[in-house]
Amino acid sequence: MMDKKWLIAAALPALMLGACKKDGAGAPGGSGVTVGVLQSLTGTMAISEITVKNAEMLAIAEINASGGVLGKQINAVVEDGASDPSTFAQKASKLIESDHAATVFGGWTSASRKAMLPVFERTKNLLWYPVQFEGNECSPAIMYSGAQPNQQALPALEWAKKQGYKTYFLIGSDYVYPRTANLILKKHIAKDGLTVLGESYVPLGGTDFSGVIAKIAQAKPAIIINTLNGDSNVAFFKQMTAAGMDPKKIPVMSFSIGEQEAKAMGTGLVEGSYASWNYFQSLSSPENAKFIAAYRQKFGADAAITDPMVHGYLDVYAWKAAVEKAGSFEAEAVRKAAASLGSISTPMGKVSFAANQSLTQKAYIGKLKADGQFEIISDSGADLAPEPYDPVAFPGKTCKL
Amino acid sequence: MSAALLLTQLFNGASLASLYLLAALGLALSFGLMRVINMAHGEMLMLGGYLAFLTLQVVPGVLGIIVAMPVAFVGAAAVGAVVQGALVRRLAARPLDTLLATWGVSLILQQGARDLFGAVGVEVRAPEWLSGGVALGAVVLPTTRLFIIGVALVVLGALALVLRHSRIGLLVRAVNQDRMMASACGIDVGRVDMTVFCLGSGIAGLAGVMLALLGPVTPNVGQGYIIPAFLVVVMGGLGSIVGTCVAALVLGLFLALAQVFVDVSVAQMLMLVFVVLFIQVRPQGVVAVKTRALDA
Repeated sequence: MMDKKWLIAAALPALMLGACKKDGAGAPGGSGVTVGVLQSLTGTMAISEITVKNAEMLAIAEINASGGVLGKQINAVVEDGASDPSTFAQKASKLIESDHAATVFGGWTSASRKAMLPVFERTKNLLWYPVQFEGNECSPAIMYSGAQPNQQALPALEWAKKQGYKTYFLIGSDYVYPRTANLILKKHIAKDGLTVLGESYVPLGGTDFSGVIAKIAQAKPAIIINTLNGDSNVAFFKQMTAAGMDPKKIPVMSFSIGEQEAKAMGTGLVEGSYASWNYFQSLSSPENAKFIAAYRQKFGADAAITDPMVHGYLDVYAWKAAVEKAGSFEAEAVRKAAASLGSISTPMGKVSFAANQSLTQKAYIGKLKADGQFEIISDSGADLAPEPYDPVAFPGKTCKL
Repeated sequence: MSAALLLTQLFNGASLASLYLLAALGLALSFGLMRVINMAHGEMLMLGGYLAFLTLQVVPGVLGIIVAMPVAFVGAAAVGAVVQGALVRRLAARPLDTLLATWGVSLILQQGARDLFGAVGVEVRAPEWLSGGVALGAVVLPTTRLFIIGVALVVLGALALVLRHSRIGLLVRAVNQDRMMASACGIDVGRVDMTVFCLGSGIAGLAGVMLALLGPVTPNVGQGYIIPAFLVVVMGGLGSIVGTCVAALVLGLFLALAQVFVDVSVAQMLMLVFVVLFIQVRPQGVVAVKTRALDA
């Protein structure tokens, strides 16, 4: 299997070279500024990432329409990470070194972020990362706008505890995010005197869940915590339903299923399952209504909007605000300005970047309805300050930038 | 470890084996006959999934999946015919080139599906009559999986009948045993090749419909099954249908039972180790086919 992946990885850049000839447009002193947009447009993560790319492009188009950044139009170079971490790393260095991107918006899986991190550190560039993740990382080269564990996973656990769920089954894709998120969850579950009945991992993109489901049927957990990513979820829910355990019979709390994923999977398959995010499409606010309307005008009247899309969208605006505050496109100045911007108004409400370059935001729990929207059944109330290192799982570690 | 889990996993192993078998039969047929490694075979599975999706748009409801099976079979067989006629046949003397050419076809088909249907995948839902399961004590056997095992058995039976008792089966066996002699006896070898390639592609298309009942239908879906399918073919003994069945069953059960103790990723790794060791001990595979194809 590796062989084939390598071949594809080797063949892709060659195919792409012909497609991208925007070099130099964003070179300093030109009339525009180049930024990179790097998401998986193909492969198992395409189900989630294409729409994040759309949201980032929407923000860029809006900013360009209203005069650009520091008087410069933004030229976005879009690249495909192809759901493959090494491709992400390659494309990131291509965007920075040959397209001279001032900054890059993108990434989804933690595997992709971990692969890109050395590139951004080496080139002293800045990555705006839009997705919830496992924390346990703290680099000046990344603005972590997605939820830290204490802004998604732990509020979900808190909620489950309040509902009286005492036994848990953890299932995830086999890579760094689910493993670390579950490590944190297990520590908290044990600390709270609750029980983990089982823990199973399936390779990213895997479609055979027969063994996992047999173990779930044996363990009979009160609730399943699902950190599967991408279209593995389709297989998981199809096979759970076939085994007579649909989300209405055994509650499932998912960390990577938003409105878009539910729609692509077929809402009927996942109806009644729970999700924990910092944003739901059903949030009512004028900013949110405006964003949804703008997105739908551009990408289709029935488009679903998700948390990572809004994070991707607000990242572009936060970058613009930070560049304007710093008066420069230089990454070092921009990241310092971003961390001291104060609160910015976004479709998910007022948020701000903390000194550790992560976002201070609220957490919500939603239950998926038949129409593909989440009914918000619980929220954290106050804004949650981001904690990259969970004090229970990683005592003594702190993030100082 | 409880008995119920073990029984469930035995059943799951059989279910997995039936999928592997459907995915591998076509490969075994075309490899056995032509020594052609068809890298685009996985895309025939994908094609089957998309044809099931299209069929369900036209024929929704109870009979959708039943109609989708022949549609996917014929559709994938037709694409197989094009690949065989336009490409494989012309490269017959250069096996390495067929490998590359069919890999190219595989990429083209994947990109084609992406352009036509989007990278995200389409929804194929199992019909109502396939939901639920049969309870055997503490073990619940999902109807979907029983259905797939049934389809695999029917396909296998039909294939055995065709190969054993029909005229085309006789010709296939003749070409398989000694291509040159068969050709000298007046058998149109090219037509036999074409028939077998279409048949193999068609079965893969059918397998794609089965996969759609259990997993996502995306442009990449074939990639996940092509490796196990190759493993089954290699382990079964190149070109032997009996060997393919045994190997599919052994690997399906191995993977399912390994999952009682370890995660899926580790189980897959163990399966590869198992096949490597097996090939060391028995390089000819489960069943060694007597053929003169390798003499030349």
